[in-house]
Amino acid sequence: MVSRKDKEGQVKKKNLLDSQTSRRSFLKGASIAAAAGSAALVTGCVPGAEAGSSEEFSLKWEEYFKKHYRLMTQEEKDETIARLVKLAKLQYDLDIQMSSRPPQEQVLYGYAFNITRCEGFMDCVKACVKENNQDRKSKTQYIRTFEMEPGQLDPSTGDGKYFHEVPVDNKFYMGVQCFQCENAPCIKACPTKATWREPDGIVVVDYDWCIGCRYCMAACPYWGRRFNWGKPEIPQEEINTKQHYLGNRIRPKGKVEKCTFCVQRTREGKLPACAEACPTGARVFGNLLDPDSEIRYVLKHKKVFRMKEELGTDPKFWYFID
Amino acid sequence: MEKISQKGFFSFLYDCFRWNMQGGVPFQIFRLFLIAGMVFGLYAYSHQARHGLEVTGMSNIVSWGFYISNFTFLVGVAAAAVMLILPAYMFHDPDFHRVVLIGEGLAVGALVMCLSFITVDLGGPLQAWHLIPGIGLFNFPSSILAWDVIVLNGYLLLNALVPLYILYSHYMGRKADERKYRPFVFLSIFWAFSIHMVTAFLYQGLPARPFWNNPLMGPRFLASAFAAGPSLIILVLATIHSFTSFKIEKQVFHKLRLIIVVSAIINLIMLFSEIFKEFYFPTHHSISAMYLFFGLEGHNALVPWIWTSIGCNVVATLILAFNPGDNSPKVLLPACLVLFIAIWMEKGIGLIVPGLIPSPMGEIVDYLPTWVELGVTLGIFCLGITVVSWLIHPALIIEERYDQLTGSAKE
Ligand code: SF4
Ligand code: SF4
Repeated sequence: MVSRKDKEGQVKKKNLLDSQTSRRSFLKGASIAAAAGSAALVTGCVPGAEAGSSEEFSLKWEEYFKKHYRLMTQEEKDETIARLVKLAKLQYDLDIQMSSRPPQEQVLYGYAFNITRCEGFMDCVKACVKENNQDRKSKTQYIRTFEMEPGQLDPSTGDGKYFHEVPVDNKFYMGVQCFQCENAPCIKACPTKATWREPDGIVVVDYDWCIGCRYCMAACPYWGRRFNWGKPEIPQEEINTKQHYLGNRIRPKGKVEKCTFCVQRTREGKLPACAEACPTGARVFGNLLDPDSEIRYVLKHKKVFRMKEELGTDPKFWYFID
Repeated sequence: MEKISQKGFFSFLYDCFRWNMQGGVPFQIFRLFLIAGMVFGLYAYSHQARHGLEVTGMSNIVSWGFYISNFTFLVGVAAAAVMLILPAYMFHDPDFHRVVLIGEGLAVGALVMCLSFITVDLGGPLQAWHLIPGIGLFNFPSSILAWDVIVLNGYLLLNALVPLYILYSHYMGRKADERKYRPFVFLSIFWAFSIHMVTAFLYQGLPARPFWNNPLMGPRFLASAFAAGPSLIILVLATIHSFTSFKIEKQVFHKLRLIIVVSAIINLIMLFSEIFKEFYFPTHHSISAMYLFFGLEGHNALVPWIWTSIGCNVVATLILAFNPGDNSPKVLLPACLVLFIAIWMEKGIGLIVPGLIPSPMGEIVDYLPTWVELGVTLGIFCLGITVVSWLIHPALIIEERYDQLTGSAKE
């Protein structure tokens, strides 16, 4: 095991782009010993244990030692993205585009959900699953819709598993997802700072930095987070190749993921997939800092409320009634 | 290192190793069983490493299961060593002084198990270096999990180094210098309480989970640990007493029994107080407790579990309190065993799993560990017992020799 890795390491040194820093080489030295010790045991997670080619192996090896996204310079971000794009080609024979586009200035995203209009079609759920490359095997979904009895406003009293024709008379529907809390308990809980709130208000996860402890899942009061219990499986032809590093790129197994307001779309000025897919216009998305935006209109002229206001999480997601 | 005899640190390590390889046939067979358990654990873990945590019974709703339950319980066992340390070093109780090393060995074993349970629960165990301050990013002081990493490792160091120093001194045939280790003993007493409180705060600090978000969590943790931990210590001491030449004073068992009784009663009072709060006027927030004690909508996997635990808990506490056998080991030992298991059931699965059920969106699922989780857990328990036996076995030999050397061995 050791000798193989050493050999690979030399190959890597010759043909890889990166400039060595002392921190990195220290880590490498230390890790070769550690990895060799545990390699036999944890073949599943040692970088490159399943690698087909030596190029794939060295790319994965490089990936393993990269920094936290927020500590990377733009150059380092470009490098890791180049590696991820290459890996996608090698592993899945896919040509993906990946962006690291930063937040736009003077933007704070907000979402409003019209409970009067929603009829429970769940087109948003389907669009979200597709857009965000969610695991089909475990049927991961960021959005849940609940069929509610009149007189109730708390989704936990509703039925989240309806399989009948909608809308049903005298019922109404509520969609829930991560609410992008301004004071987010999940961020506070994370021991490695692998999840944080971007300046445009989106709470993101660095999938490669997350250690998969799931403390954030326990801490979220809205059940906004999902875990990759296994390796995500998506049919080749359904993979969305327009990806963002902090958004819909295909997650490694053992990491936490969540709704990112479709960061890969919204930072390009588009609507999130759910808002675009909704046939009833129940979903309003926009820039809270823009006084002329639709979301500001809703907040000003409609009666709005947020879930579990008493927890002080300050979500950026409101419900309203026409 | 000052030279008193020609022996040095390496011969100390070598002798410890050598003594560990010796020992009677039953002892070796016992060790073989432990090795078999660990091998099975490794096999189960390699399965999990290959396929991911999907081979466990956990889900997006019950996102922590058997591993974290055992971790939580074992933190209590580790901290309970303080119940020997406190009287031994602070009050210079001679009876406890003789057995305190055993308590510390147990604490080290429990901590090794705790850290292993956390590691096997990680989705990305190889990324664990992201937690190391300096090369990773450590969310301190904001994340309670970051605190927990510090206090657990610190406690492990303290409980390993102080006995190491004492044993090494005794091995070299000199008295351990109390001025040198006393500050660390003080620190470890304080630290024992902190590993408890911090681990309780891990859960207590989550407003998302009303079942855990309860100020009694920390204190109850302490009480139950000071009942379960000393119960285990009694069992271990009794084993050592009957299977080795190292004899333990009757007084030790009597004193430990008192500690257990007081803690177990406080634990029961607090349990009663919690149950009262949840069920006198049930609210929205009582729903997890409802699930635990009575089941919800036909999901009642934990109901027999928790009632068995409470039943055993009450019976064992009563037996220990009224002491019908008059400290006879025939009564004392089974009662301790039952109490230990009862608290394991309650502070493990009975505490962690219902906190996650129902999900904040009101969905209810049951949780059952799979063979992988059971196998890995078995492996970790075997690892812990192995560590304890590897530590205690040479420690007792050194102590016995030292006793003979100084002629202070009590009959
Ligand atoms: S809804 Fe949950 S996951 Fe989303 S930001 Fe708030 S606490 Fe975090
Ligand atoms: S699972 Fe990942 S994002 Fe969540 S708390 Fe753990 S390290 Fe942070």
